[in-house]
Amino acid sequence: MSRLPQPDENPEGAHLPLEPLPGHSSRGRLERILRRGEFAVTAELNPPDSANAQDVYERAAVFDGWVDGINAVDASGANCHMSSMGICALLTRMGYAPIMQIACRDRNRIAIQGDVLGAAAMGVSNILCLTGDGVQAGDQPGAKPVFDLDCMSLLETIRTMRDEERFLSGRKLTTPPAVFLGAAINPFAPPYDFRPLRLAKKIAAGAQFVQSQYCFDVPMLKEYMKRVRDMGLHEKCFILIGVGPLASARTARWIRSNVPGVHIPDSIIARLEGAEKQKEEGKRLCIDIINEVKEIEGVSGIHVMAYRQEEYVAEIVHESGVLKGRRPWKREPGPDDAMVAERLDHILDAPREKPGEMVKDAAR
Amino acid sequence: MPSSDSEPERKPRVTQATLVRKARALLAYRPAGVSPQRRVQRRYTMRLWSVRHARFLEGLYARFAHVFLMLHPVWNAIGYARAERPVKFVERHVKGFMFDCRMCGQCILSSTGMSCPMNCPKQLRNGPCGGVRANGNCEVEPDMPCVWVKAWEGAQAMRNRDSILAVQKPVDQSLRESSAWLRVTAQAAAERKKARETA
Repeated sequence: MSRLPQPDENPEGAHLPLEPLPGHSSRGRLERILRRGEFAVTAELNPPDSANAQDVYERAAVFDGWVDGINAVDASGANCHMSSMGICALLTRMGYAPIMQIACRDRNRIAIQGDVLGAAAMGVSNILCLTGDGVQAGDQPGAKPVFDLDCMSLLETIRTMRDEERFLSGRKLTTPPAVFLGAAINPFAPPYDFRPLRLAKKIAAGAQFVQSQYCFDVPMLKEYMKRVRDMGLHEKCFILIGVGPLASARTARWIRSNVPGVHIPDSIIARLEGAEKQKEEGKRLCIDIINEVKEIEGVSGIHVMAYRQEEYVAEIVHESGVLKGRRPWKREPGPDDAMVAERLDHILDAPREKPGEMVKDAAR
Repeated sequence: MPSSDSEPERKPRVTQATLVRKARALLAYRPAGVSPQRRVQRRYTMRLWSVRHARFLEGLYARFAHVFLMLHPVWNAIGYARAERPVKFVERHVKGFMFDCRMCGQCILSSTGMSCPMNCPKQLRNGPCGGVRANGNCEVEPDMPCVWVKAWEGAQAMRNRDSILAVQKPVDQSLRESSAWLRVTAQAAAERKKARETA
């Protein structure tokens, strides 16, 4: 069966990498969708605690055809997991469009700039700059927090690398990293009147899209968005609102008191408690919030964080109808795919070399 | 390969966090003046006073910087390198008392509402993180008012209230434990000289 050509593919063939578009800073598909004015959906991949690539592939497969970008988290909540760099290596290999998160908690500016170059070379076209949770929140509170850069100076650093083609030190880069830069916002934490200004600051530092913390308080978000619109920030930056299903009233309470920066109003918990099937209700609630959020002017997408309920993401996206029938593209070819394929063919065809036999041959 | 599915009964999970929590309980006592996050615990009275009087301190600071710049010939005569030690001594104690200064050597108090950003456990210099508690306290140190909530309050009172919006460069760690006062003066003097030469 012939496939309809997608708007986001190389006209020469789907297996070829995307051509850079004028005015775009990356070759990625997330940037194209946002700039085209479509409602974007991103999701968060739960990083495995294993050294098995299959775990990552399986967790990414549930998002197939439902999301425009997959966030590879960098030890979120200061809990140790597979690194975002490793996850991105696996995801780009399989043609997914990852959003690499970089937290300033664990690495200094030398490591981070190196990783940015490495990631861009692998085909990562979106990077999300975070400060990171404090180490006290995680499973290893004895760790040494780094916080060499903060999210703002990290944004500025990567923007300098991309636009001015140099490291923070001023040394030249031969090929700059073509990445779409993101940041995080939290409209639900004090000081409330500073938060929109902080977004302005992040935009000034280089943020092109932002993903928000979990939104459970829509009136509060509306208030925030009103001020953002008054300042005209929604025209300079794409705003994705974080949403997610709550598994039960108990988890909601736990999250509220243990996860830094998440604000859950009492009415939400009361609604969950009143429900017969709390998990179903949590999903319903998430869809209701999406339906409210998508109507707010200036919101360009949602970021679904369904921690340990990733299988619900497809349902939530489908039932809320935010994609309006659009089917996000599954595979995004990397710049070096053709070379890798050729090399793989060569490896498969070549006779197996066994070290033991080679030694025997040499000894003869 | 052992598979977890075949185990008849599930053992309670022991995570690193449990171990740390247990180890903490074994401590014979909680050392005084140190928070559970092993940071030197200070009283925040003076720091908060400084933020409340941000406008006054801003004016004082500007005048003080002016006097320091006027003294440039004196510093030059002594030699900036030689003046560093006594000036640093005074600076450390005055700013330490007023702002809980951490001697980062690149003071930006006037753009942070007179609340020292190096007291933030994450040493953020560009605004609050998303983890600020609903009561305005720090995510890491639950008893400490968030440095940036205070900075925002202080900045509102200041004459130059928009300077909090400037994007700050990352900290130059090689300038730690040096005098910011002298550096700023030397830079201002150099600029003044350059401006005079071009004029």
